[in-house]
Amino acid sequence: MEIHEEKRLEHPLSKEELDKRPKIEYKPYAKYSYSAGQAITKFLEGLKEGKIYGRKCRKCGRVYVPPRMYCEDCFRPTDEWIEVKDEGIVMTAVASFISWTRERLESPEIVGVIRLFPSSDRDFVYPALFHRICCSYEEVKDMSIMGRKVKAIWKSKEKREGSINDIDCFKVI
Amino acid sequence: MRPNIYYSKRVGILGSGLTLFRSKMLETPQELAFIAARRALDEAGLELKDIDCVVIGSAPDAFDGVHMKGEYLAHGSGGIRKMVSRVYVGGATGVMVPISGWYHVASGLCEKVLVVAEEKMSGDLPHPQAIFRYIWDPITEKPLNPNLIWIFAMEMHRYMKKYGIKKEDIALVSVKNKRNAINNPYAQLPGQITVDDVMNSEVLVWPVQRLDISPTSDGAAAMVLASEDVTRRYTDTPVWIEGVGWTLDNTSWPGRDLFYPRYLENAAKMAYRMAGIERPNKEIDVVEPYDPFDYKELHHLEGLQIAGRGQAPFLLKEGFFDLDGDIPSSPSGGLLGVGNPIAAAGLMKTISIYWQLKGIAGKMQVKRPVKTGVAQAWGDLMQASTVIVMRN
Repeated sequence: MEIHEEKRLEHPLSKEELDKRPKIEYKPYAKYSYSAGQAITKFLEGLKEGKIYGRKCRKCGRVYVPPRMYCEDCFRPTDEWIEVKDEGIVMTAVASFISWTRERLESPEIVGVIRLFPSSDRDFVYPALFHRICCSYEEVKDMSIMGRKVKAIWKSKEKREGSINDIDCFKVI
Repeated sequence: MRPNIYYSKRVGILGSGLTLFRSKMLETPQELAFIAARRALDEAGLELKDIDCVVIGSAPDAFDGVHMKGEYLAHGSGGIRKMVSRVYVGGATGVMVPISGWYHVASGLCEKVLVVAEEKMSGDLPHPQAIFRYIWDPITEKPLNPNLIWIFAMEMHRYMKKYGIKKEDIALVSVKNKRNAINNPYAQLPGQITVDDVMNSEVLVWPVQRLDISPTSDGAAAMVLASEDVTRRYTDTPVWIEGVGWTLDNTSWPGRDLFYPRYLENAAKMAYRMAGIERPNKEIDVVEPYDPFDYKELHHLEGLQIAGRGQAPFLLKEGFFDLDGDIPSSPSGGLLGVGNPIAAAGLMKTISIYWQLKGIAGKMQVKRPVKTGVAQAWGDLMQASTVIVMRN
């Protein structure tokens, strides 16, 4: 096989050239019925009631949110359900100007990680949710939203369906 | 964990091969693997019949658009009728491939191993970004329509907030690596850029901008590893693999503080213990930390114990990690400068350290004499790290 690399200092094909070529288009028919399992089923049922449930390991005291039926550190079943607060601290927040397919968004979508109470700022692992945050782009850009206390804004009861989207976003209180 | 340091065979490196790293390469994935593998064999002075086993590395199947990529790449990688395995730990795969090759030899199972890593990302339309959708938790994360850059931006912002680091200081990594890549004949995105160029580039997910990220690329890399007696038969200037380490953290990334990669600390300490390194910041001469994003290089230099926590940006600013600095970092130009065909990029980093220790890095050769080098890769949901220590 000949190797033509030397000639190719730029990209072998420009986007325009590529667009002119025939492409194989195929949308995979890949639908899944994911099993929620015991822990996430209870978690989703909790969201429907406006509650956030976690699972606690009594041996090491770690609280899992989203819940897990076993403790990964002690490698034994977790012991009890506990309800954590729908309030917490913004650990990190970002403003996305692109969609999941990398299309440009006009107004940014703001998401981040919320460390839920009870927990302390000395913890390296903690109960937490990844979710949207209702705040301005400026508050993300100057980092002022990070470290703030936020609370979940729930959808109205009749609109909740047992999904992570039953929470609209987390907002500063 | 205490690794068994009484392994059976010492492992040396006999040769390396790379393809160009480019977007939209005309070759198939198998042809890319073939070019890299053939070059590695040529450099080693071996033929395929001399090779006992083959280790293939490739990131998610979905990038190349074919399933069972290990099997698919096997004939291009010289694997037909041989012991072949494919390893996969997300972005950390690239360094896991030589690690896996190492234990094939160190255990005494094989004498000569060909390791090959390949990725072809630019064929995914409209953008490989959509492929990453399936790495998220299907029930608690995917309904929020995340894209991959979110998670990096979240980690970067947490790191910046924790230590009060400015974006301008992080952008210096991109400037350094693209500058280093000018010396690398395989590089896709070399160039002299400034911090202002980075700061003025398109905002993707604040704080991540266009020039904070490595490009999507196609490419392949390969290496030949051999036991000590074979290595000494073929070369007078051997380079040895002296330590390996790798660990995986959980997928529950929101429940972990993202400012510090504890999984990398574990992997690095495992590799250092095996190599007998007690003070990494004094004993390591050159390093290739994984840099798909500019902040990641700094984050990893801290995880590798080369810089103190939160100190990497300050050392960078002082020129500590420049080609003529105390510990040159990413002399190849890294993923930011050379390109990021995921698995091949990690193996490229390992090869870069091999070049440095062998003294064949050409214009990339760092100024100070080098004895010990470290390459590292990282991947998955802020989870995996692989570390390899080499000496000449």
